[in-house]
Amino acid sequence: MRWMWIDKVIAFEPEKRLVAVKNVSLAEEHLHQHFAAEGGLPAAPVMPNSLILEGMAQTAGILVGSVHGFREKVVLAKVASATFERDVTPGETIRYDATIERMDDMGASTIGIVERWSFVDNAWAPVGRIELMFSHLDQNRAGTEFPEENFVFGENFRTLLEGAGLKKFVV
Amino acid sequence: MAKSREDIEADVRDVLVDALGVDEDDVVPTATLKGDLGAESIDYLDIVFRLEKKFSTTEKPFKIAQGELFPENLMTDPTLVENGKVTAKGLALLKEKVPHVALGDFEGDPQITKLPTLFTVKSLCDFVERKLKN
Repeated sequence: MRWMWIDKVIAFEPEKRLVAVKNVSLAEEHLHQHFAAEGGLPAAPVMPNSLILEGMAQTAGILVGSVHGFREKVVLAKVASATFERDVTPGETIRYDATIERMDDMGASTIGIVERWSFVDNAWAPVGRIELMFSHLDQNRAGTEFPEENFVFGENFRTLLEGAGLKKFVV
Repeated sequence: MAKSREDIEADVRDVLVDALGVDEDDVVPTATLKGDLGAESIDYLDIVFRLEKKFSTTEKPFKIAQGELFPENLMTDPTLVENGKVTAKGLALLKEKVPHVALGDFEGDPQITKLPTLFTVKSLCDFVERKLKN
């Protein structure tokens, strides 16, 4: 199973915007370590910001990859900025809203808004903002040869994406 | 109204501070993007995108074509680079395509690996100033 940090694609505007959600559950083992009870302090399960960043990178990466029908090897090249203002805890849903700001043959820059749905407040609340740069690997070889096979968007991944709801958006 | 050289330098400084995470005081005209400011390959694309955004207006978009600012793909042609050195034809093309870069000593020892070291803050400002005039 691929390391996936989004559960479902809920909106897709080709070449512009992709929105995905992830439900955060206490069944996820990493939350038991982040943070475990220690020194008399109780456990405080919080979704790690590094994994929220990965979720946005997957959302935005799929969006960038979809522009050329997943033929390019799209890799995350740079986290231009990432700011977080609020934690996400189990029982909440994360919404990743990614838009392409600029794109050319070499790569793309994206802007991502992260929000969380709180079932206590019944409202979306801002979590953070993440700006990323993606590189089209084959256009930026710099003398390095990569396998012909698209290891970024392989067959398994495409199947997974279809299961995550992307297929119904693709004409 | 046209931007003054001072305005351009301030805007380019903003772009480099955001793209490279460097201190404003380090962005001096003679600083090289790679050596002094630590730019890596993807940063060049980031800088291009940010310059476009910074200098575009609703009346006049500021669009930088691939290879117009940084001649990355220009140099993959075997007639332009031979045994790791830029050929005479390559040097002539560089002068024509990227006049904002001062070649200086590079002409005497044109090793391709040294090409990124030629790009300074001043060359970016010269590029923007020239492009805004056209």
